[in-house]
Amino acid sequence: MIAFVIQRLMQSVLVMLTVALIAFALFNFVGDPISNMVGQDTTLADREKLRQELGLNDSFVTQFARFIGHAARGDFGLSYQQARPVGQIILEKMPATLELSFMAAALALLLGVPMGIYTGIHRHSWLSQAMLAVSLIGVSLPTFLIGILLILVFAVMLGWLPSFGRGTVVHIGWWTTGLLTVDGWRAIILPAVTLSLFQLTLIMRLVRAEMIDVLRTDYIKFARARGLTGRAINFGHALKNTLVPVITITGLQLGSIIAFAIITETVFQWPGMGLMFIQAVGFADISVMAAYLVLVGFFFVIINLVVDLLYYVVDPRLRVGRLGAAHG
Amino acid sequence: MTKLSAWLCSCVICALLAGIVSAGQAKRFRWANDGDPTTMDPHARSDGFVTAFDMNIYEPLIRRDKDLKLEPALATEWVNINPTTWCIKLRQGVMFHDGSFLTADDVIFSIQRARDAGADVTSQLAPLKEIKKIDDSTLDFVTDVPVPILPNYLVAAAIMSKAWCEAHNTTSAATHEGLENYATRNANGTGPFILKDRQPSVRTTLVKNPDWWGLKDQPVDIDEVVFTRIENAATRAAALLSGELDMVYNVPPQDIERIRDTQGMKIWQTPELRTIFLGMDQSRDELLESNIKGKNPFKDIRVRQAFFEAIDEAPIKTKVMRGFAHPTGLMIGPGINGYDPVLDTRFPYDPAAAKQLLAEAGYPNGFEVGFDCPNDRYVNDEAICQAVVAMLAKIGVKANLLAQTKAKYFGKINAPKFETSFYLLGWTPGPLDAFNMLQNLAATRTETDGIYNNGGYSNPHLDELIKKIQVELDSEKRNELIGEALRIVKDDYVYIPLHQQMVVWASRGNVELAPMGNNDFQWRYVVMK
Repeated sequence: MIAFVIQRLMQSVLVMLTVALIAFALFNFVGDPISNMVGQDTTLADREKLRQELGLNDSFVTQFARFIGHAARGDFGLSYQQARPVGQIILEKMPATLELSFMAAALALLLGVPMGIYTGIHRHSWLSQAMLAVSLIGVSLPTFLIGILLILVFAVMLGWLPSFGRGTVVHIGWWTTGLLTVDGWRAIILPAVTLSLFQLTLIMRLVRAEMIDVLRTDYIKFARARGLTGRAINFGHALKNTLVPVITITGLQLGSIIAFAIITETVFQWPGMGLMFIQAVGFADISVMAAYLVLVGFFFVIINLVVDLLYYVVDPRLRVGRLGAAHG
Repeated sequence: MTKLSAWLCSCVICALLAGIVSAGQAKRFRWANDGDPTTMDPHARSDGFVTAFDMNIYEPLIRRDKDLKLEPALATEWVNINPTTWCIKLRQGVMFHDGSFLTADDVIFSIQRARDAGADVTSQLAPLKEIKKIDDSTLDFVTDVPVPILPNYLVAAAIMSKAWCEAHNTTSAATHEGLENYATRNANGTGPFILKDRQPSVRTTLVKNPDWWGLKDQPVDIDEVVFTRIENAATRAAALLSGELDMVYNVPPQDIERIRDTQGMKIWQTPELRTIFLGMDQSRDELLESNIKGKNPFKDIRVRQAFFEAIDEAPIKTKVMRGFAHPTGLMIGPGINGYDPVLDTRFPYDPAAAKQLLAEAGYPNGFEVGFDCPNDRYVNDEAICQAVVAMLAKIGVKANLLAQTKAKYFGKINAPKFETSFYLLGWTPGPLDAFNMLQNLAATRTETDGIYNNGGYSNPHLDELIKKIQVELDSEKRNELIGEALRIVKDDYVYIPLHQQMVVWASRGNVELAPMGNNDFQWRYVVMK
């Protein structure tokens, strides 16, 4: 088991190196940060001096090697835009993104799974049909449009919820949280709903399909024949067997929630990493972009690892299989 | 019992006090913009928005009032005592936010700090040789050559406290290469607002300076300013409409009507000092991006004239800009010193004549040319370019539009590469004087001049004129020279000026604002009813 984890972590280093390489190759196309950094009256000599000092004249290989060398020591360089260490900026922005992402994931799971079960069991009820119809909106409308619609309805027309920002945040060490204030809770509702809608639909439809599949199998029929209660059959036997694919998808989706938070954060001016990334792209702030992409790559690797480990918890066959393989 | 009653008593007092405070109604002004004032250090960045923001905390010696006229700030008087010396009288009794008093040494220190930082003010103040302290309230600015518009340049130089900078180890500004320093997130100016809280790229809070020297002449109405950065234009408009903000800019033209038509909302506008224009490569012997080989069509004035006459500004104004533009025949707009309304007439739109001119120049079937355009720099920049492409097509010119983000765009078309044949650019003369435009856009390219002369136009006679304008102290004579230079630029079709865009702000109905054409936002003018 430990060997497996270590092996996975080693792989993650490789993944991140690849991400960094691709990211750096792309940065040749984002433009020249210098023109964003200086005013229109800055002389050519001053611009050239700045370019030289930032190492922008070095070759691609040199720049990449320097980035990797520093990153290996945990130093992601300075943001051109803010003149502060990138690591510090990311630490400052991370709580906002993680809070939003986990809130969205929790919403998707807590609503999606029960809705999936319900629509799986009561396939023909009008409520199921309604849920399925509404869920189509979740998959077919782009995130930014949903966000703007929510703002229009709940902030502009009804005036119930704020249209932007994170509300009042409380500092706990380096972590900031908006979940300890009423303001913060009000502010997180709209972005979390926006971000979760697609995942919610996905999970609901997945659970439904799996439930329908499992309910058709022989052992469920036997269970019914044995006279087990509907509740024991549905939740004790059927649901448990639908969980493996649900965990995989949820896990992978958590990664994309964090990554796709970019759009939601931009619409709601949520001060997280996604917004930071968009700001960095506009400014051609290469060090921030590189660090963010590498970090997201790292998140994906870690989430995959956790998902793999969860399989063992849920599915006893895997445990045996793995042991057998190890012995074999 | 006594304890309890004492406790109750204090509670009541607290409640009363709270009531009184809220009854006094601290006026909180909440606004948003798509940019962030990345630093509170007024010398660290040469960014228009950052400088405009910081200049509410710090002050220059001379500033602009809401009509863009020069007015005394920390200086009370400025006179040109000999061709190379400006004598400046310092205002007395001005207090920094930390309670210390402004001295002549602070001024000398600050100007030097601004120059060291490589801020925009550096290149403009290049001829400044030294600042002589005559006494505690008199300073002589000595220059190498006469600088008629030195006061205009000083508008950009914020005055800091020498002692404060020394105490916090920030005697030089944190520019791009270095880490931030104390002055990046803290401020100690003399201005009408005091920095209270700063969360980079999230929120910045400021309070009114109760000891501001200017209060006796001009009361400041608002007590607190809360700035939030909101990049998404739709979110920004929504936040205003939902009442979470009192004011926003920039307002995209497509949102203006909707906001104006909403009950309780107001739109403010004034012509911006930035001129949007088209430029053509007139220096290379063969255009980089064209199907004409072996020669450069733009070297022929008839081709440049044809391009000008082929472009119809009227639909650009009404359709693309939705009316929020001031069509211009000049490279500078009203409000810039040297502006002449007589010269500000466009050559007529005449595609037939344009086609004729092209034929005379040897291109009866037109030609193909690359066309560079930004898509996130000016108001509807890409849409303007698309309109231009369609208009040029009518005279047989096929302009291949490459619209891209400013970071890419400026890297391509600006110095040192100048890799463009035909492009769209905007220019605001920072010191609000025509000389700045002439020096940067029309003078022959050298180390210091013609930095944005991306077309590489060169005219020795014009260069001579510009040199004269640079040092001419007699303003009447100087303006005559400017008029002559502007006429040359116009008649030679060096550029194709299109329009000045509008500064458009949106606010709630209870807010009074003073929009300024140079994009300054001075909160001292904000009134909330």
